[in-house]
Amino acid sequence: MQFKAQVEYFGRALVEKGATDPDLVVLDADVSVSTKTGFFREAYPDRFIQVGISEQDLVGVASGLAVSGKTPVAAAFAIFIVGRAWEQVFNTVARQNLNVKIVGTHSGLSPSADGGSHQSIADIAAVRVIPYISVVVPADAPAAGCLTGEMIDRRGPVYLRLSRGATPTVYPDDVELRIGRAETIAEGSDVAVIAAGNMVHVALQAAESLRGDGVEAKVVDMHTVKPLDRSAVIESAKETGAVVTVEEHSVLGGLGGAVSEILSENYPTPLRRVGIMDRFGMSSRNYQRLLERYGLTPEAVAEAAKQVLEAKKK
Amino acid sequence: MSRRYNLPIEELRFHAQALRSLKLIDYGEPPSFKGVELTELGMFITNLTTEDEPILAGDLVQTKTGVKPLGQLLKDIRKKVLQMVAEAGSGHLGASMSIVDILAILYFMKMKHDPSNPDWTERDRLILSKGHAAPALYAVLSEAGYFPEEELATLRELDSRLHGHPDTITPGVDVNTGSLGQGLSVAVGMALAAKMDKASYRIYVVLGDGELNEGQVWEAAMTAAHHGLDNIVVIVDRNQYQLTGTTEHVMTMEPVSEKWRAFGWNVMNISGHDVYAVLDALEVCEHTKGRPHVIVAKTTKGKGVSFMEGNRFSRSVPNASQLQQALEELERD
Ligand SMILES: Cc1ncc(C[n+]2csc(CCOP(=O)(O)OP(=O)(O)O)c2C)c(N)n1
Repeated sequence: MQFKAQVEYFGRALVEKGATDPDLVVLDADVSVSTKTGFFREAYPDRFIQVGISEQDLVGVASGLAVSGKTPVAAAFAIFIVGRAWEQVFNTVARQNLNVKIVGTHSGLSPSADGGSHQSIADIAAVRVIPYISVVVPADAPAAGCLTGEMIDRRGPVYLRLSRGATPTVYPDDVELRIGRAETIAEGSDVAVIAAGNMVHVALQAAESLRGDGVEAKVVDMHTVKPLDRSAVIESAKETGAVVTVEEHSVLGGLGGAVSEILSENYPTPLRRVGIMDRFGMSSRNYQRLLERYGLTPEAVAEAAKQVLEAKKK
Repeated sequence: MSRRYNLPIEELRFHAQALRSLKLIDYGEPPSFKGVELTELGMFITNLTTEDEPILAGDLVQTKTGVKPLGQLLKDIRKKVLQMVAEAGSGHLGASMSIVDILAILYFMKMKHDPSNPDWTERDRLILSKGHAAPALYAVLSEAGYFPEEELATLRELDSRLHGHPDTITPGVDVNTGSLGQGLSVAVGMALAAKMDKASYRIYVVLGDGELNEGQVWEAAMTAAHHGLDNIVVIVDRNQYQLTGTTEHVMTMEPVSEKWRAFGWNVMNISGHDVYAVLDALEVCEHTKGRPHVIVAKTTKGKGVSFMEGNRFSRSVPNASQLQQALEELERD
């Protein structure tokens, strides 16, 4: 298994896109060393805009660029760009359906040593409730690179959620994904595990261990949480009759919430949500240990799968 | 009293006003004359001195292990900061080293506080708004006796009380920080509460100079001045660097002092590594009524270890040999 960093692939994809799209502009709030938009600054200094440590201003300036025909990509840590600038995204970006790309890096528990102040555990929920804006959560670095390109090609506001450091890869470098179209990466008819972000890899590991126990799990990479691929969700539920969602995010309002909403209205199905149980993050020198502490592990997913299988029998 | 000149602050203030009215000195940045920062309180005299006076190594301060010369205390704290960050494998070393002197002066020579009773209602409060400098705060709190020194080695570890950024789980920490720009607003609320309760404690706030980019800082600055909150003392750690480069490269902040002054604050410019200057400025804050106070303290990021000064160890961690070299250098000086 290879480990690659989403931010690196994102940074390189921006540079690649910048070569053919002269309207692509990248904005930073003094974190480009970490978000890797520094690559773009090196390549196209004239199209790189530094606003300083001011995330609200960052989103506002990006809005003005979009109003004037540019394609702005504003990148900062997820907790700060979504958290502090949420209302700018709501009122200025989304209500006008502006072509602003919001990129939140260091999402989930990935800034593990920094602690709870830097860990973004509610951003999917926060952005998902805003009309018009898409929410994209790539599973790994190649997916992040591919979906960065997709995001830029798609008109209208998009939120792209990325992890901090190197994470296990699921896809080859030349993967092709489409915003809004879920990717089935393992077939199975007993239970469907619908995952997003880093947790796709965890879902695959869980599927493997379940297979050892005679359970065939279908694994779906739901990289677009909004607009949600409704038919993929409903089909998965129909095929298996048991659903588990997995995300590195609060169990409230994120992928688990979105899938529950669709299924409860359209095809009620036994379901378990694996995620952060309505708690804040905390410091840990080791990221993996933190994921374990919060129950974001293949074992927890397999356990949830067994629970829905039981519920299905009733 | 001015610690440096052994003169009453009121007298210095009088001289400053006289010199200004004669147009002999002007507002500006220390340390050059004519272009010297003149505060309304006579801090200019401090500014006329060399920028980085050697620490008052002889001044004795009380720590939990007994009385120590201040110079030794500052060295000990710097060593602990280095060891903690090296042990944790991450952390903002440069940002921590630049505020060691300021925090130590506050906790050991200025603030009313009681490490054996962290919730004492009359205590002075401190908000480390530039929360990424937490290692410096932890080293100071432990030296003061808020928690055992052994805990420093657990910085950023799972289940440690010493999180990557200040958290009230740590004894002695009153306000969670880490998201830049929020500390001053919280201080305004605490200062208003103190006024309501007719309490005499002060709220000290340490801001980064890059942190000044955040609009919320200036929103709070307006509110503090509007309400005449003279029980707030802000110290701006003017180390001239932020994450991706120098402050002036990332976002022009000058003229910093004039900005605060325009917002209605009592402004002082000093060197943040000059113990006398810091003490004098803090005392001026106690004598000036009706306005909030800001001390723009010129500092050096990574202060104390020659090869760490500037932005090089902004976030990188010393390896074993660098750590050794740094500790030796601190011991030598
Ligand atoms: C709201 C917010 N945005 C971004 C960051 C990331 N960040 C941490 S330190 C830092 C630079 C701070 O610079 P400065 O205030 O000058 O402090 P220094 O490290 O130079 O002492 C940044 C941008 C943050 N912690 N909070």
